[in-house]
Amino acid sequence: MSIEVKRLRKRFGRMEVLRGVDLAFATGRTTAIVGPNAAGKTTLIKAILGLVRPDQGSEVWIDGTRVTGESGYRERIGYMPQAARFPPHLTGREVLSVLCRLRGAKDPNLELVDLLGLEPHLDKRVGALSGGSRQKLNAVVATMFRPAVLVLDEPTAGLDPRASAIFKDHLAKATGAGATVLLTSHIVSELEDLAEDLVFLVEGQVRFHGPVDDLKAQAGEAKLERVLARLLEPSP
Amino acid sequence: MRGATRRIIATHATNVGRSRWLLVYTGLLALAAVLLVWLGGSAARALVSLINVVLLLVPLMAVVFGTLYVYNAREFTELLLTQPVERDAAYFGLVGGLAVPLVVAFLVGVGVPLGFAAFSDLTILPGIVALLGVGTLLVLVFTAFAVALAVRVEDRAWGLGAALLVWLVCTVIYDGLILLLLATVRDRPLEIPVLVMTMLNPIDVARIQLLLTFDIAALLGYTGTVYERVFSGLLGRSLAVVVLLVCAMVPLLVGRFWFRRKDF
Repeated sequence: MSIEVKRLRKRFGRMEVLRGVDLAFATGRTTAIVGPNAAGKTTLIKAILGLVRPDQGSEVWIDGTRVTGESGYRERIGYMPQAARFPPHLTGREVLSVLCRLRGAKDPNLELVDLLGLEPHLDKRVGALSGGSRQKLNAVVATMFRPAVLVLDEPTAGLDPRASAIFKDHLAKATGAGATVLLTSHIVSELEDLAEDLVFLVEGQVRFHGPVDDLKAQAGEAKLERVLARLLEPSP
Repeated sequence: MRGATRRIIATHATNVGRSRWLLVYTGLLALAAVLLVWLGGSAARALVSLINVVLLLVPLMAVVFGTLYVYNAREFTELLLTQPVERDAAYFGLVGGLAVPLVVAFLVGVGVPLGFAAFSDLTILPGIVALLGVGTLLVLVFTAFAVALAVRVEDRAWGLGAALLVWLVCTVIYDGLILLLLATVRDRPLEIPVLVMTMLNPIDVARIQLLLTFDIAALLGYTGTVYERVFSGLLGRSLAVVVLLVCAMVPLLVGRFWFRRKDF
């Protein structure tokens, strides 16, 4: 599933958060969107998801169809926000059931429920779950419909190391099966593990877009952390 | 109603229905109704005393609970909007999922004790129906205001403040302004302008309907006679219901306009 954004602009009041972003995300690859705080990463992701309405002249294309406010294209997208807050008085199982019914899904992929050891917690109210368990539920929600595109905002923040490793393996399997993954993260090890391509955003503009290896080669550094640190240095 | 809207209503209604605050609210309404019936000596007197509960407490609860709920449900609304769900379905699902349990809480809290009281005095049945009907419409009006304001105002404190201001205007300030107008131009006949102004405030329309139902409109003097002419009878009651429904529809549709354009 291809994703393309053209001349993407977004202004919140006087602040221009995205300033004409042009990007095409390759199908079946994992792209990390990184940049300093307030660079426009979350706004970019939210524009693709339809949560933020881009300014006039901007275009978002999913699989060759221009997105103009309809919701059908989101059937093939899974989203994992940084910290999900589900209705606190529903149980985890009820949350999964509601989402299945909204999508008309009869055979959801609940492999992660077992892998992450979430089954014993699914009948507890979400409000009674620990932050880690809620994040596991969040991971299940994002992947249960076998999406062609996965959009992940700081996916492993809040997951313990074991759950984090399991989730990364699951993502690798999904990209192996042709899923396109977009993720934002400040955890460099996560980017090293997952990202094949990288978009570097600064003040709403793309400074770099390409394979991580090309970026490292350009910078003459073997470690991504060094490369990113150099990119984040203020310009003289 | 479309399937997605219905499912979202059911989801929010289940979540709200299990909230401890809603149970406490239902219990307090029931306690107030029981105490008023018991201490008032007669169910008919209790009904008159309950007018203020319906006109003040019920809208206050709808507006405060509604506003806070919408802010707390923001992340879940975002999650719903990343699913193949139209914005209208998410919006009407949110409003319906809030209004249904608030109406049920009101009907159970006030209706059940009064229903028991009606066993010993069947003449109060029309009064109970009027009280419950007007209260239900007020819940819808103020829930719609709460959702619209919470959708529009990003900051939770400002949103809650705006919602409380709407309640305060409808319950106190608006009537104060009418009184000021009456005092300022007291030499002119003001019945018709006052009638029109009254019809713009849902609390006033509700109050007049209840006063007419309980036959205490005489307390309003000559104005009461004017109100009686307009609002009594089937036509007058229907007019009041239509006015209250319009008062609910306006914020509902304005909120929908804002929700469709909102950046989450």
